[in-house]
Amino acid sequence: MKNITEISKVIRSKNSSPFELTLDIILKTKEYYELLKKKECINKKIISELYNISENKINRIIFFDPANAIKITLMRNVVSGSPGDTDVYGAQQHGPLLNLKVDI
Amino acid sequence: MITKKDSFKILSPTAILGYGFPLESFMNGINEEPDLIAVDAGSVDPGPYYLGSGKSFTDRTGVKRDLRYILKEGVKNGIPVVIGTCGGSGAKPHLTWCKEIVQEIAKEKGLSFKMGLIFADVDKKDIISSIKDNKIEPLSHLPSLTEETVNESINIVAQMGVEPIINAINKQCEVILAGRAYDPSVFAALPIHLGFDPGLSLHLGKILECAAIAAEPGSGTDSVFGILKTDSFILKPLNNERRFTKESTAAHSLYEKSDPYSLPGPGGSLDLRNVDFTELPDGQVKVEGSKFIRSSKYYVKLEGVKCVGYRTISIAGSHDPIMINNIDSIIRNVKDRVRDILKSENIDGDIFFHIYGKNGVMGDIEPDKEASTHEIGILIDVVSSSQEQANTICSISRSTLLHFGYPGRISTAGNLAFPFSPSDIKMGEVFEFSMYHLMEIDNQDMFKLRIIDI
Repeated sequence: MKNITEISKVIRSKNSSPFELTLDIILKTKEYYELLKKKECINKKIISELYNISENKINRIIFFDPANAIKITLMRNVVSGSPGDTDVYGAQQHGPLLNLKVDI
Repeated sequence: MITKKDSFKILSPTAILGYGFPLESFMNGINEEPDLIAVDAGSVDPGPYYLGSGKSFTDRTGVKRDLRYILKEGVKNGIPVVIGTCGGSGAKPHLTWCKEIVQEIAKEKGLSFKMGLIFADVDKKDIISSIKDNKIEPLSHLPSLTEETVNESINIVAQMGVEPIINAINKQCEVILAGRAYDPSVFAALPIHLGFDPGLSLHLGKILECAAIAAEPGSGTDSVFGILKTDSFILKPLNNERRFTKESTAAHSLYEKSDPYSLPGPGGSLDLRNVDFTELPDGQVKVEGSKFIRSSKYYVKLEGVKCVGYRTISIAGSHDPIMINNIDSIIRNVKDRVRDILKSENIDGDIFFHIYGKNGVMGDIEPDKEASTHEIGILIDVVSSSQEQANTICSISRSTLLHFGYPGRISTAGNLAFPFSPSDIKMGEVFEFSMYHLMEIDNQDMFKLRIIDI
């Protein structure tokens, strides 16, 4: 088991629209990336548990080979800037990912 | 007269007009003799307030500073200047704000040029008739657009593609101020007009609109250079401290996007499935294989917001361990007490307590529910139907929390440390995004061009 922070060089979040949040994990090496991809370490079930949201709120998970990166796009609980929002840019919603343990 | 060449050079001064750039980097770009200076001046990131209020999220002095260098060098050297999403949100009040700054600089510097203003505002009647013709589609899992939502919305804009900018170029405009524009359009319009490949032009624009964010180390406040060729484009840093790498350039395709392989925009989508990145000397990267796939129907993205009330806030802190340990139940009880007090006055609104040090950043989805801390920040955030009501609810919430007698309390003089007097801040109108839909259009007539001789 490894913590995701040991094998990643970027873990970030940002709005991809006012209604969506996109999470990027860029791995340190092609090897780590291929292992995560092959073993399906990042999937809707794991993300739904980490973010305490139902799987149907996860729009998609994309593996992006050119950057050794995994992209996860979620529906925001509160639309950017609407009453009750806590993060208009969505730039500080990566916290739960930092606790992710992967079996590689 | 602009004519087709084998290569086309673009200077991108900064990621957002008004964010600034080192003069040295900018002048390095000017010395490379660019064919175009283009810059994106807006974003939807700062939220719905700016579109609704007609104000820019960028500062006037910052915008004027950047524009002064851009206009001076552009006009002096005969380099076209194209600015997109003027005033931050690109509706008429934003474009007018930017136009006035340009006019002020021209007067101060004695500059003379033909300026094109391209409006991106959409007539409500046109949207309503498009709804009836089934020409509107929701994005991001939003509900279908209704006539009621259109009528409630303020400053509705559409993201323009390259066509309205090409129209302004054809009319010999030397400085083009565009309203709401798809970010890459301002970079791609002129080269596409000259016959360069739309896929390469738009992909280069997609990277240049963020200036040096795609370089290493990344920066939103430094200039970069793009060289478009017939079969590729090259990214070039203008500051010795930065370089483009294969990884930094590839990773940028992820930034703020939900799908890095396919980026939809006006009139089609940018297909990045077969893109190749090659590192060249001096921190440059060559990119090949980007394709633009034209869609059978031409869609533009509509953006609109509506006013949902008025906000008043108050900021305070607590350093009391007993209060901190019981903060959730204290907040619940305070909310009940406030509602009870105001029931007789028929005053109601939303009360949010953002508890920094606990879950102020992530709210309900905060994973670490048990963390303890020696102090917390409390932001009381009230939204109600009028400013007066928001003020009242915030004031009573603040005083109720200040003197609330929670179980086990030993600090009986007051529960809150206020950093300021006055403690409450009126924030004015609150907006929320109401429209984020695609509209099919048959022509580009909605993007009106106005030419001004400066």
